[in-house]
Amino acid sequence: MLRLRNVNTFYGKVHALKNVSLHLQEGEIVTLIGANGAGKTTILNTISGVTPPSSGDILFRNESVNSLFPDRIVRLGISQAPEGRQVFKPLSVRDNLELGAYLRYREREPRREIQKDIEEIFQLFPRLKERAKQLAGTMSGGEQQMLAIGRALMAKPKLLLLDEPSMGLAPLVSQEIFTVLEQLRRKGTTILLVEQNARAALKLADRGYLLETGKVILEGQADELMENAEVRRAYLGKDKKEIWER
Amino acid sequence: MAKFICFMIIVILAPLLFEGGYIMNVLVFAGINTMLAIALNLLLGYAGQISLGHAGFFGIGAYLSGIMTTVFNLNPWFVISAASVATGLFAFLLGFPVLKLKGHYLAMATLGLGIIIYIIFNETIDYTGGPSGLSGIPQLSVGSFVFDSDIRNYYLVWGVTVVIMLLALNLSESRVGRALRAIHDSEIAARVVGINTRLLKVQIFAVSAMISSVAGSLYAHSVTFISPASFGFNFSVELLTMVVIGGLGSIYGSFLGALLLTLLPEFLRGANDYDIVIYGALLMLMLMFMPGGLARGIPELLNRFKNSLKGSGNA
Repeated sequence: MLRLRNVNTFYGKVHALKNVSLHLQEGEIVTLIGANGAGKTTILNTISGVTPPSSGDILFRNESVNSLFPDRIVRLGISQAPEGRQVFKPLSVRDNLELGAYLRYREREPRREIQKDIEEIFQLFPRLKERAKQLAGTMSGGEQQMLAIGRALMAKPKLLLLDEPSMGLAPLVSQEIFTVLEQLRRKGTTILLVEQNARAALKLADRGYLLETGKVILEGQADELMENAEVRRAYLGKDKKEIWER
Repeated sequence: MAKFICFMIIVILAPLLFEGGYIMNVLVFAGINTMLAIALNLLLGYAGQISLGHAGFFGIGAYLSGIMTTVFNLNPWFVISAASVATGLFAFLLGFPVLKLKGHYLAMATLGLGIIIYIIFNETIDYTGGPSGLSGIPQLSVGSFVFDSDIRNYYLVWGVTVVIMLLALNLSESRVGRALRAIHDSEIAARVVGINTRLLKVQIFAVSAMISSVAGSLYAHSVTFISPASFGFNFSVELLTMVVIGGLGSIYGSFLGALLLTLLPEFLRGANDYDIVIYGALLMLMLMFMPGGLARGIPELLNRFKNSLKGSGNA
């Protein structure tokens, strides 16, 4: 469904992605794990067109998307819940969700359909329903994250890009978010998930990629990665002593 | 809706309060300034993009109308619409490079743009008359009805202002208005929900320039004399002040801000040399005590007043 081949991205002179190749199949949840600055967010921004790649191919359903503007990419069916949530703070929760369907309004989709989808988001996140009229900026971090995911879903994406949905959230709230991701998975949503919390991410995902300083250094089935000594040492923190002293 | 009806009643009845004379003339300017403040507010208050060159667009409208009707004898109504389209097109093309800039850099670029336009008015003496201005611009007329008195100009200018206000209110409540506010808050998030932020910013810049141009044309026809001094940097800053004092992101606020800043200097005339000091002090006080502008400040003040009445009743 999505395939990146030898993608390179620069921020000015900084070489942020070095020959990154990865792929996603329909219905799969794939996670990118790695330390800060490894290039996880850059991969998502490169796919969504926010930071276009300088070389390499990005194919989405066999169509090249690497030189398109972000709005074209959303139209093709990729939507993103960006890092740090980035909800529209001075707007109400409902307005935020309506903005998620911006392109669908533009393409004159019937209002009824869109309102129905908003109701569906409210079912997924009942807390958003309670706060439909509240300004997004006045909500807690967890609620804002739910809104960011809801907003991205309103575009009816074929592929959902999630950037650190658990960032800065209390463990219980973050668990709640992952429960919803589990629900999305059952509905067959394809997700590319960037996470700091490697354990939770690998538990949810089918496959994973491990990144270090802009390069993919390891890839595999999620459960394999979970067992991998290197991953365990560096990112799961489990049995650190045991592995180290062997 | 109730707000709009109130606004309409005030606009229609205001002339009855004053028996013609100088104040009517000032109110004509208030109408023109309201249009300009609304135009700038769409750009600054909604989309969050600053412009320090809006007096330039205002001037282009005024000069196109002035020159085309005096030198080329074209129909004034036709010129008003053509000038508006031309100014919009100019802003649209210019918007692509300029609106890539953000914050202070955008302020500098638009400032430069305003100054360049001002210099062109001053230097193309053959057409504009240069610093001594362009006179003999015809008054507007429909058939044999000529807009030759202040009261007629008042209804003409405010008629157009009301229409522009309706359009602006409509725009701000629509899907596009929501998208503009989204750009204002987070451009990255706006892009990933599929808003073509680059195009939308340029479009609203062009719409804003078009409204400013219409205001300029009406100004030229009602005053019948224009000179570059009215379209300089100072006026751009004054427009900005109207928008901020009135309330960013509030169309009615722009009306209040424009009205206040147009009338205030007239009332301060009596203070002779101190008028500019009082004017400055009043603006500072207003920004300190009503940081959200008149549009949010006045209702708050009324609420507090009501509460204090209740409070004293209980005690």
